Amino acid sequence: MNHPATTLEQAPAERMHIPLTHPRLPQRAEWIVAGIAAAFGALLLVLGVPTVGAAILAGIAFLVVLPVWSLAVEGRRGATDRLMTGLIWTTFVVAIVPLASLLWRVIDQGAGRIDGTFLSYSFFKTQIDQPVGIYHAIIGTLLVTLGAALISVPVGVMAAVYLVEYGKKNKLAKAITFLVDVMTGIPSIVAGLFAFALFTLIFGPAYVSGFGGSVALALLMIPIVVRATEEMLMLVPDELREAAYALGTPKWKTIVRIVLPTALGGILTGITLATSRVIGETAPLLLIAGATDRTNMNPFDGAMTTLPVLIYGQNLRGDAPAEAIAWGAAFILILIVMVLNLAARIVGKIFAPKKG
Amino acid sequence: MTAPTAEIEEQPNDWASVRGGVGDRIFSGLALAAGLTIMAALAGVFIFLAIKGATGFSKSSDVYGPHAESFLGYVFPLLVGTFTASIIALIIAVPLAFGIALVISHYAPRWVATPVAYVIDLLAAVPSVVYGLWGAFYLAKKLVPMHEWLHEHLGFIPLFGEPNVSGRSPLTAGIVLAIMILPIITAISREVFSRTPRLHEEAALALGATRWEMIRMTVFPYARSGMVSAVMLGLGRALGETMAVTMVLSVGFDMSWNVLATASPTSIAANIALKYKERSADLLNVLVATGLVLFLLTFLVNFAARWIIGRSERRMAR
Repeated sequence: MNHPATTLEQAPAERMHIPLTHPRLPQRAEWIVAGIAAAFGALLLVLGVPTVGAAILAGIAFLVVLPVWSLAVEGRRGATDRLMTGLIWTTFVVAIVPLASLLWRVIDQGAGRIDGTFLSYSFFKTQIDQPVGIYHAIIGTLLVTLGAALISVPVGVMAAVYLVEYGKKNKLAKAITFLVDVMTGIPSIVAGLFAFALFTLIFGPAYVSGFGGSVALALLMIPIVVRATEEMLMLVPDELREAAYALGTPKWKTIVRIVLPTALGGILTGITLATSRVIGETAPLLLIAGATDRTNMNPFDGAMTTLPVLIYGQNLRGDAPAEAIAWGAAFILILIVMVLNLAARIVGKIFAPKKG
Repeated sequence: MTAPTAEIEEQPNDWASVRGGVGDRIFSGLALAAGLTIMAALAGVFIFLAIKGATGFSKSSDVYGPHAESFLGYVFPLLVGTFTASIIALIIAVPLAFGIALVISHYAPRWVATPVAYVIDLLAAVPSVVYGLWGAFYLAKKLVPMHEWLHEHLGFIPLFGEPNVSGRSPLTAGIVLAIMILPIITAISREVFSRTPRLHEEAALALGATRWEMIRMTVFPYARSGMVSAVMLGLGRALGETMAVTMVLSVGFDMSWNVLATASPTSIAANIALKYKERSADLLNVLVATGLVLFLLTFLVNFAARWIIGRSERRMAR
């Protein structure tokens, strides 16, 4: 800068040397390195390294070789980019491992225990050699969850209707929205303690019932239902409402006949997902619904075992037959949850508003 | 403007059905009632826990068991246990969750991103008791060599003391918790990552930034508050999670920093699940009181997280 004359003279000469493109690795560099890493892993496997260790070392080899090669050719910035890309994809692989391990474990250990008697007998034995099953827990799970749905769906859907159709962002609606958000974070055991405190204060200290469990689960379910319904109602175009008003339809009829049917698919999906979320809850039911060996059909009286509580109970006993029952029950429970999740998706597709 | 509307309302026409007005009032009343029920329920949680637990704060010293004299002495080790497991979970889950969120929002092509998001949702759908079962019967055994390795090589740090032979340690509980809170952190950070303005990203790329530099310069600054609150929501979830900790750990009351031993204190939630069976009225009051402490703690964490999200949304709307 101090000698403009010299820089001016030198500048063109320097400019000639600036390359217009950066040196890059070949386009298939990732695949080449992946191949090398895989070969390295296979070599380790042949040398007697356990499978898991070989896979981890091959992964590390990939994460090291690619950036080093890139550093040599592309420079520091390119190398950082390639390293971070590798690391970010690794996070996904790392997260898949426990899920795959868990599902495989449940299927491997649980599926073998499933048969007709396992599903149709309870723990309660009338004869000494009667087989045991988890019928009572399946019934309990269905009844308790049904109760929770019956409480939380009307409250949740109507609250969402208030928030979207009537509240229109006034102070109360804002407060409710915020509290619903906070409510999604209530620990399940606190919901159980709430139901426990409520019912024992009213009915005396020894009270246990399936209905109490339903109340606790409803507390966990309501915020999910509200959020899902609210989102769906906001997607309903205002033109539909205005068209109904223009025909002289009262507001409540507009909501019941126009807005809710339009959003029905999404609402049903939300409700089903919420159900699948609470059906696996254990802690609240442990406190208020108790556990029993018999099949109890009355949700308002007496203890009611559910699948999660049964699994926990078997886990506490810890001997081999108990462990087998626990895995079998876990298999059934996961099956129910997956079926509900699948149903949610199908229902959403069926009831989706027709286009065009 | 007000005068004409008032006039119309005063003289109802034939086509404006009067019954509609009544139906409207009933229906809006029902909707309002549902909204108020939610507020009442949340208040009810606090009130009933307070009524039932009030006496639990000041029992005679023998109720608090052999390990503590007062409520504070009873709840403090549990708080430490709760936070130990939760913080281990956060340390593991947070980088993973941000990475997966970036895979879904920025790295993977669309046809990969959708199934990836679905698989992470599956993690959230697995019941907690199944995680507990898997952690206690399977993962704990698999992690024993890791415990020994940590003790051998990093044993000079007080965190990695004498390992437990069954592998049922706060570290294992933390790992199980990490898998359980992964989905919620991923879901929220994915949302904020994908909300980064397209123009910011493209401007960075046009200036010659690599993809990672683009993410560091545009996505992270934009999503910072969302990421903070995602972590806090994950913390709230971890603090209150019961079954995984209950099934992996057994009860201990020794105050120690050793995350490899079984005797380290359990969490508040797990303690309630383990002790409620004794059904002695005094102990139950104490347990409800600890539950109240847990409720207030998670409430505060969630409240702060939601407040941060809300504040950043208002700022962006401006």
